[in-house]
Amino acid sequence: MKNHLLRPLIVIIGIVFLVLLVRFVYVPRDFGIGERGYMYGWHRAANEEDWKKVKVKYMGREYCKGCHSEKYASIIKTPHRIIQCENCHGPANDVAGDHPSEQRFKLTIDKTRQQCLRCHFPLPYFSSGRAKIRGINPDKHNPDIECSNCHNPHAPQEGLR
Amino acid sequence: MITRRDFIKKAALSITGAALPFAVMEIIDPKKLSASVTQEKGVVRWVFLVDTYKCVGCGLCVKACKLENEVPYDATVTRTWVERYVVTRDGSVFADTPKGARDGFTTTKIDRNSAGFLDIKNGDIEKAFFVPKLCNQCENPPCVQVCPVGATYQTPDGVVLVDRTWCIGCGYCIMACPYGVRFYHPVYHTAEKCNFCYHRITKGLMPACVDACPFGARRIGNIKNSDDPVTKIIMNQRVAVLKEEYGTKPQVFYIGLSKEVK
Repeated sequence: MKNHLLRPLIVIIGIVFLVLLVRFVYVPRDFGIGERGYMYGWHRAANEEDWKKVKVKYMGREYCKGCHSEKYASIIKTPHRIIQCENCHGPANDVAGDHPSEQRFKLTIDKTRQQCLRCHFPLPYFSSGRAKIRGINPDKHNPDIECSNCHNPHAPQEGLR
Repeated sequence: MITRRDFIKKAALSITGAALPFAVMEIIDPKKLSASVTQEKGVVRWVFLVDTYKCVGCGLCVKACKLENEVPYDATVTRTWVERYVVTRDGSVFADTPKGARDGFTTTKIDRNSAGFLDIKNGDIEKAFFVPKLCNQCENPPCVQVCPVGATYQTPDGVVLVDRTWCIGCGYCIMACPYGVRFYHPVYHTAEKCNFCYHRITKGLMPACVDACPFGARRIGNIKNSDDPVTKIIMNQRVAVLKEEYGTKPQVFYIGLSKEVK
């Protein structure tokens, strides 16, 4: 073959080789097409494990029951038993720490009117369950104070405190 | 002139060729191959069931999801959200989801963005309801198909995940999703989506939104298990999926879906 053809050919082969080398070094060994084939399957297999390692923050009411059994026993008798503890008290675990831990990681309780109004703002939507929940007008019903000043969220049916 | 040697050679070759079955020319489907190998060791395909009759729009699911999955709380992005639909007597449809319903619906006013708030009189409401939305974990996920780098994929149990180390943040998947479920994560600068709380369901826990829902409007199940209560409802009762015409085979099923819901 003539020289002016051979030289660019060597350069091209060199580039191809370089690309393959970079690919070999950069792409993880477990990167492949998996079960779903060429259209859907391309991925790095180890990533599945990465997602499984994400920290669980909401532990559920059974976890709370472990220490606060008396609170659990009282709320379970009320209509508010359907609400998880952590919906108002905040998740037991956090990026900062776990509850309870040696650092006494404190939970931040949501006592705002907004929290109660999520359900107890009356909306007349009869094709949803919302219309069946009793509500108040937040502009007229003691607008300046927290609901928990008068109502006990752990025993809402017992009247005012 | 054909020699004896040539004749025997060619005859042997053509007999061998004719003896080969067509099966060897078949292109092997990796999924089929794997299915025949793995057999039945606890096959799982996660599906979701939403009962829109039970949803009251409290938004506790959205709050729990954002905290569980470390989605920035005050940013206007969320993995799951709740939509409110109000249909008036003159046939107009109004829908809103203020902050993705992170703080619930605590006003009768409909948020119409730049058009401002609209207060609909109670007497004008024909029907009104709430629809929780989340990733449909499609059987044919268009978001996975368009990814140019192989950063998003479907796990064997049907959940679509995003590889944060591999995602380049190009946003193709965000545009490809017909359900608008994906968004750009403001901290990681990668595509982000609901993954049914993959870290929880693989440990035997419920997703955070399912646990947080006080009314049982959200449920998760394994469609491959015929004894699963969620599977029984999907198989025996009237359920619908969103945007079936797209052919994505969504795996979030809705009870009480209405034609107004897009």
